[in-house]
Amino acid sequence: MATSPVLPKLVGSRVKRREDPRLIQGKGTYVDDVKIVGMQHLAFKRSDVAHGRIVSIDTTAAEAMEGVEAVFTGKQIAEFVKPMPIGTPFPSPEHRVVAVDVVRFAGEPVAVVVAKDRYLARDAADAITVQYDTLPAVVDPEAALAGKPTVIHEKFANNVAIGPIPGGTGVAPDGSKVDDSAIDAAFKNAEIVISQRMMNQRLAPSAMEPRGVVAHYEAGKGTMTIWSSTQNPHILRTFIAMMNGMGENEVRAIAPEVGGGFGAKINIYAEEYVVAGLSKRLEMPLKWIEDRSEAFVATIHGRDILGYVDLAAKRDGTVLGLKLRLIADIGAYNMLLTAAIPTLTMLMANATYAFPAIRVTLTEVFTNKTPTDAYRGAGRPEATYFVERAMDMLAKELEMDPADLRRKNFIPKDQFPFQTHMGAVYDSGDYEKALDKALETANWAQMKKDRDKARAEGRLVGLGLSMYVEVCGIGPSASLPTGGWEHAQVTIERDGRITAMTGASPHGQGNETTFAQMLADQFSVPFEHITILHGDTGVVKQGIGTFGSRSQAVGGAALHMAGGKVKSKMAKFAAALLEAHEDDLVFENGRISVKGAPAKGKSFAEVASYAYIPVPLPPGLEPGLSDEAFFEPSNNTYPFGCHISMLEIDRQTGEPTLLRLVAVDDAGNLINPLIVEGQIHGGLAQGIGQAMIEEVVYNEDGQLLTGSFMDYAMPRAIDFPRFELEKTVTPTPVNPLGAKGCGEAGTLGSTPSIVSAAVDALSEFGVKHIDMMLRPEKLWRIIQGGQA
Amino acid sequence: MAKVSVTVNGKVRTADVEPRTLLVHFLRETLNLTGTHVGCDTSQCGACTVLVDGRSAKSCTMFAVQADGSSVTTIEGLAKDGQLHPLQEGFWEEHGLQCGYCTPGMIMSAANLLSDTPKPTETQIREGISGNFCRCTGYQHIVNAIQFAAGKR
Repeated sequence: MATSPVLPKLVGSRVKRREDPRLIQGKGTYVDDVKIVGMQHLAFKRSDVAHGRIVSIDTTAAEAMEGVEAVFTGKQIAEFVKPMPIGTPFPSPEHRVVAVDVVRFAGEPVAVVVAKDRYLARDAADAITVQYDTLPAVVDPEAALAGKPTVIHEKFANNVAIGPIPGGTGVAPDGSKVDDSAIDAAFKNAEIVISQRMMNQRLAPSAMEPRGVVAHYEAGKGTMTIWSSTQNPHILRTFIAMMNGMGENEVRAIAPEVGGGFGAKINIYAEEYVVAGLSKRLEMPLKWIEDRSEAFVATIHGRDILGYVDLAAKRDGTVLGLKLRLIADIGAYNMLLTAAIPTLTMLMANATYAFPAIRVTLTEVFTNKTPTDAYRGAGRPEATYFVERAMDMLAKELEMDPADLRRKNFIPKDQFPFQTHMGAVYDSGDYEKALDKALETANWAQMKKDRDKARAEGRLVGLGLSMYVEVCGIGPSASLPTGGWEHAQVTIERDGRITAMTGASPHGQGNETTFAQMLADQFSVPFEHITILHGDTGVVKQGIGTFGSRSQAVGGAALHMAGGKVKSKMAKFAAALLEAHEDDLVFENGRISVKGAPAKGKSFAEVASYAYIPVPLPPGLEPGLSDEAFFEPSNNTYPFGCHISMLEIDRQTGEPTLLRLVAVDDAGNLINPLIVEGQIHGGLAQGIGQAMIEEVVYNEDGQLLTGSFMDYAMPRAIDFPRFELEKTVTPTPVNPLGAKGCGEAGTLGSTPSIVSAAVDALSEFGVKHIDMMLRPEKLWRIIQGGQA
Repeated sequence: MAKVSVTVNGKVRTADVEPRTLLVHFLRETLNLTGTHVGCDTSQCGACTVLVDGRSAKSCTMFAVQADGSSVTTIEGLAKDGQLHPLQEGFWEEHGLQCGYCTPGMIMSAANLLSDTPKPTETQIREGISGNFCRCTGYQHIVNAIQFAAGKR
């Protein structure tokens, strides 16, 4: 008998990523690296006014340029490309892929150029002249709700896209009945009420790879291949097919290496429809690559929700009720999931607390700005921010330790699954454990002493603490218009190698590694013998995609199930070969053998080979070893945690410095803790970025003032301290892995904890709340005794 | 058109280019060295960083003609004889990348940092790569990766 090396158990260990060798050597293929013979390049002429009627477009100079293949105005494009579809069931105004009569945000496309190279395409786009009859720009969301200065979409009076939608205690699930008695009683019985207007400002997702599309319509075959920097090639395929009057089986969508997404590459964009539509019309391969300046106006923005928060409590810290009035500034149009994102803020308003009553109302409003959609956290950081900042204000008002106030109001750990006022059922949780772990990791008591000592020296140092719970592992299908499942297929090849296909198309999450770890353990075969394929609808039969921290919790679970099916069939072949019962077999170290009799066994490859040349074919079995699974979870997952910040503000300049950031996150069971740490770090960086330096700013004309990295502050390495991470593990019962998802967690607690730390640092000036971001000038004015 | 002759990763490359051709496009489009990426158009993000005569340079901010007669090293030229450069090893060992888009530029900047400061402090590393953005990692594992490489020298 050949002795096999003992294979290490990989699930739960810090396995180095198998994606990295190609990426660290410049050998990855991103969409801009795709070249096709005969390929032409697109450039968009974009509106330079925020709101205006198109009077005329002159394309003659552009068309006359040598090497320009074609120029199309919005009107011409509209003849063969349908209006933009959306992915939510909400009412939506007509949205042309290229503006026809009216432009509604600066950066909206008005014409398209096709030329032989990208420099020329850009020159030609610049040579197009457009005359506008400029209309007043709607910029302020609250003024917009009064129809001021104008109405953007005729059919949407007062610019109201949706709402006000009520939710919470006493509201029927369909919103038809609203009973205010519980929430009114809460405020009537209150001994203290905290009220604050809070802005959760607009952000630019800013994946380092801007978007890009290559489309190749092959007229002879009647097929379309589209490469796009997307998080969800299967959803892209569905929409490209629909928009081009093609079958889904005639379109192949490929997400090559994707250089970051952060939610912004879920949406299917006008540029994708235009490039595909023009490739079909012109019968030539076409490429469009977004510039960064374009990305700032043409890629969706995130957040931008205004919250009016009221918290009713007793003086002992018992919260009686929460009121939250939300106004979401969604920009000029509905995109794929735009309208749904702020509903997640509603859903998560219950936070980690057993509040007796909650009332949330949500209004979404159109403005002349770039549309919003999902950005890392997508609605949940906003909910966390409003509730946690209010809790912090209450703690300050009551002179209570912010940790004690949270503890007093937590949903107790024996209450899970917990039905919230907002319609969610929290799967599992132990919030006190996460809080305790964070207090211990930070050494909270010492931290307070350090703060007080610094203050005694005249320094402005503050502490902030925030709990969070988020909704992840998005499924079941009722919670997602695209379907809330994921797909996987596992094939044991004839030589015993394993090929797996997953619909969870990654963009930096390392699924090739984590999924191979899982299969290596499931079959007890070498990690190197496993290949994970993804991101190509021509290879992966079905899928939804990677967003909402779902790739492990839903995609991983599908893979595990598909693996289980194949494994049980393989056991049947092995049983026939070994003349044993399949239930008596063990898969161990690349061999399948009889339990307790390791000599009676065959190598994994021998059994695989037998399954493909099955002489004799065991009764009741088909040849081959390949199976698939669609996994739909019974519920979302609800990861949680606690983040603690320590921040110092320079008394002279107002400049804030983050001194410490402690993050305790509970994402359930972890497959690869190294990768999870990376995910948490990245989320923290974006959460800290929002609190401290990032903000999309428009002027009163609707012009974007933060339209490049010169004006939009992207966090740099020097902006961060070394993060201090710890975890608790509370598995979810809704999938077989017990994994909850970790992609967005970092953006949840960090942001409010930092703002609370800033307020704490400036407490000697009597400040109660500071709107993000923490611009030094703003802090300096508070120090000088002025207004924030 | 202008004739440029640049030694790229040890090989002399000669081509006729439009005078306005950016070095990054010369590398990517003319030479098909697509490991160097473009992440912005204002010289902030550093995704396009290469070494020109041994010093880091943002190749989106140079014309190809400015590199005429120079020696350019790109990410593709960093590994020698199938052996990863210590920085490449460090990024792999320490999980210094996620989507990988900023990685080539980040590694080239780090190479410049380590040639100036072979044993940098953590603050020196963070300052040394402040011309390079990463949106995925929060930089902590990148710092670890550069420390790993510094430790191997």
